Amino acid sequence: MKKNWWKILAVVLVIYTIVAGFLMDVPAKPILHETIRNQYFHVCMWFAMLITMTVSLVYSIKYLLNSDPMHDVIAFEAVNISILFGVLGLITGSVWAKFTWSEWPLFSVKGWWVNDVKLNGAAVCMLVYMAYLVLRGSLEEEQKRAKISSVYNIFAYVIMIVFLLILPRMTVSLHPGNGGNPGFSSYDLSNTMRMVFYPAVIGWTLLGLWMMQLRIRTRKIEMKNYL
Amino acid sequence: MKKLLALTLSVICSLACTAQESTSVEMADAMRANGKIYVVVAVLTIIFIGIVIYLVKIDKKLTKLERENTK
Repeated sequence: MKKNWWKILAVVLVIYTIVAGFLMDVPAKPILHETIRNQYFHVCMWFAMLITMTVSLVYSIKYLLNSDPMHDVIAFEAVNISILFGVLGLITGSVWAKFTWSEWPLFSVKGWWVNDVKLNGAAVCMLVYMAYLVLRGSLEEEQKRAKISSVYNIFAYVIMIVFLLILPRMTVSLHPGNGGNPGFSSYDLSNTMRMVFYPAVIGWTLLGLWMMQLRIRTRKIEMKNYL
Repeated sequence: MKKLLALTLSVICSLACTAQESTSVEMADAMRANGKIYVVVAVLTIIFIGIVIYLVKIDKKLTKLERENTK
């Protein structure tokens, strides 16, 4: 139980996010209206993705330094969970954009995707990380697979930073926090929103790390049984 | 002159009024006031707790497997 305090913290924080996220006051803004509450869910998916991808990067570098197969497994499972968060972020963002950025009617096929630099960057970034999974799947020999995919993972992280954090800020983007205006101030995050948003980021990330830990432990048992 | 001043002032005032009207944004206050939003919160909390119970079960099963494996 002592070792699992962070799992309890994750559950408490996400429940707090759901309750406070719906009931606390939010700033009244045109176009957004109540959808501003999506900040506690959609944006957190991307934060959790960035953090798990950083975990993966760290363990890929660690693998290249000491060739511990466990580090490769951690890097792999971190990518798995970050792809889950990324895909959820893409889908929730698409729904959010449909009802705020586009004027197409509800049942129209159009308006689900805006040709925006941030959106396309996020989609490309997902493809880059899915290619990591394909690369792993195509290599049979374990050491070779671990080494090549670790190197690829480092490049993928750099590409992710360029596509998600640099390129959108250099041009015009509909997405908040872009177009040469980075940082939290651009969200016009009010103080009541901060009180939910920061715990939400921590909560969702810890939840992701919990799922990641479960998969890593499964792999460990698998490795023991097949070696 | 006075009349003109009064006219410009009133025009500015009315402009300010309309500007204020357009910045007030309609929010779903009524929905929260009559209490129905709590239902949504309850449903989401239940779903989330369900997922958490599922995760806890996997966690426990894994701990058991790990213990058996180290024996």
